[in-house]
Amino acid sequence: MKPDPAVPGARPRRAANPRRQILLLKTAIWAIGLAPILWLAVSFFQRNLGINPVEKIIHIQGRWTLVFLLAAMAVTPIRRLTGWNRIIQVRRLIGLFAFAYACIHFLAYAGMDQLFALSYILEDVRDRRYITAGFAGLVLMIPLAVTSTRGWIRRLGKRWQRLHRLAYVAAGLGVLHYFWKVKGDTFWPLVAALTLAGLFAVRVAYRKKRPPRKKQH
Amino acid sequence: MIIRISKKSDIPSSEITPESAYINRRKFLGASAGIGAAAFLGVGSPDMGPFHAASPIPGAGRPRTPQDLEPNTWEEITSYNNFYEFGTGKEDPSKHAHALVTKPWTIKVDGLCNNPGDYALEDFITPSTIEDRVYRFRCVEAWSMVIPWRGFPLADVINRAEPNTSARYVAFETLWDPEQMPERLWRPRIGWPYREGLRLDEALHPLTLMVNGLYGKELPNQNGAPLRLIVPWKYGFKSIKSIVRMTFVEDEPPTTWATQTPGEYGFYSNVNPDVRHPRWSQSREKLIDSSKLFGYRWQETQFLNGYADQVAHLYEGMDLKKFF
Repeated sequence: MKPDPAVPGARPRRAANPRRQILLLKTAIWAIGLAPILWLAVSFFQRNLGINPVEKIIHIQGRWTLVFLLAAMAVTPIRRLTGWNRIIQVRRLIGLFAFAYACIHFLAYAGMDQLFALSYILEDVRDRRYITAGFAGLVLMIPLAVTSTRGWIRRLGKRWQRLHRLAYVAAGLGVLHYFWKVKGDTFWPLVAALTLAGLFAVRVAYRKKRPPRKKQH
Repeated sequence: MIIRISKKSDIPSSEITPESAYINRRKFLGASAGIGAAAFLGVGSPDMGPFHAASPIPGAGRPRTPQDLEPNTWEEITSYNNFYEFGTGKEDPSKHAHALVTKPWTIKVDGLCNNPGDYALEDFITPSTIEDRVYRFRCVEAWSMVIPWRGFPLADVINRAEPNTSARYVAFETLWDPEQMPERLWRPRIGWPYREGLRLDEALHPLTLMVNGLYGKELPNQNGAPLRLIVPWKYGFKSIKSIVRMTFVEDEPPTTWATQTPGEYGFYSNVNPDVRHPRWSQSREKLIDSSKLFGYRWQETQFLNGYADQVAHLYEGMDLKKFF
C-alpha cells in the first residue's frame, strides 16, 4: 500500500480517492446524526433544557428528522447538478437517520409527553390533524426503511424506485405536520416547504430533460 | 347543559395569599430552586399591602396556600413565556425583553368615558390598593402554572375613568415599538400592536387584575412589565402584556388572535375543557413543575380554570361552544 498523499484541507479534486471521499462523508453523517441525540441526552440529565425539557426534546428531534429527510432527498438533485454519481452511496445512511429521528421523535412524544397513555395517543392521532399528518409520515417511512437493504433493492428491482418515491409523500407530510403545529411563526415550516418544493422541481426538470428511457428494453 | 356550576368553592376570596407564606415556601424549597429563589429571598417589599400581616411560623411546613395552589418558581414563571414581540420561542422573551423601556410609561385611556387622558404609570397605579393574589394561569397551548401576582382590580381603573352608559367593552393595546422589539429572524405577521378586549362586566369582575408585580417584586419585562392584565379564568393570551392603551367601546373590539385565526381563537376564550381547540384537546393540561423528571405533570383542566363559582354567572344563557 502506498503512503497516502492526501493532506487534510487540501482537496485535489480528481486525484482524491473516491472511496475515501465516501468514507469521509459517511463518517461526517454519522457524527452529525449522533451529535444532537448525545447533546439532548446529556443536557436532559444535566437539566439544561429549560423549563419544558420534553417539549424541547421533541421539537429538536422533529427538526432533525426533517433535516435528514430533506438531505436524503437532496442527494439525487445534487448528483444531477454536480455529476458526482458516487454521492448516491450515502443516501441510505441519511435516510435511515431520518427514520431513526422520526422514531425517537414519536417515542419521546408517546413516552415522555403522553406517558404512553394509549387512549390519549390514539385520540391525538385521530383528532389532531398535525399529529395525524406526522404519524402518517412516520408510518410511510417504515416500508422504506425495511426495503433499504441490498437484498430488497435487488428483489424489488424497478419497483424499488417507485416505492421509494413515497419518501416525497413522507417528507410532505412531515412539513405539513410542522406547519400545522406552529402558532403563527411559520418561518421554518415555510423554509422546509420551499426546500422540498425546490428539490422536487430539480428532479422534475431533469426527468423532462432526459428523453425516453423506457424503450431501452 | 351550557353552564356548569361547580358546587365546591374552588377559589375563595381568601386565596389572596400573604407574601410571607410564599416566601416561607421559597425558603422551604430554596435549596434546589437556584437563581429564582436567590433572586427574591430576603426581599423586604416596602409597599406591603394589607394582606401581609401573617409572619411565617418556623417549621410550619407548607404554607396555607388554599386548595394546593403552590406557586411555580420565579425561574419557571420568568423563563418560559409567550411574548411574540420578542420572539416566538418560549425562551426568547426572557432573553430579549430587557430591551423594553418601562420607565417612563404612559397609558392612554380613551373612548366612551368621562375621564380620558394620558396617564403616567404611577398615577394609574397609586390610587389603588396593591394586593398579592395566587392565580392559576392556563395557556391555550395546554400548559399551566400557578402564579403569585401583585396588582389591583381592573375595576378600580375603570371606575376612575367613568365609562359612559354606552360603553360595553374595554379594548387594550400592547406597546408596539420595533426599535425596542427588533425583528430577529422573522416575526409572524399577526397585525401589531397586539390587541385584546373584555366585556365590561368581565373587566369589572373582582378577579380581573391589573398586574405590576410578581412574587412581591417588580414585574419582569418578559411577563409584561410594567403593567399587564390578568383574567384568571381565560386562556393566557387574553391577559395582555405591557399595556399602553385602554379604550371603552360599544361593540366587541377586534382582538389579535381571534382576527388572525378566527376558527381557533374566539373573543371570549374562556378556559373550557369541553371546548377543544381545533388542533388539540383542552381537557387536560401540563402543570409546569421543574422538580419532576420531565418538568411537568398532567392534570385535568377545570371549567373556567377553577373559577366557575365566581364567574360562571357572567355567561349564563350563552352557548360557550359557539362563543368560545
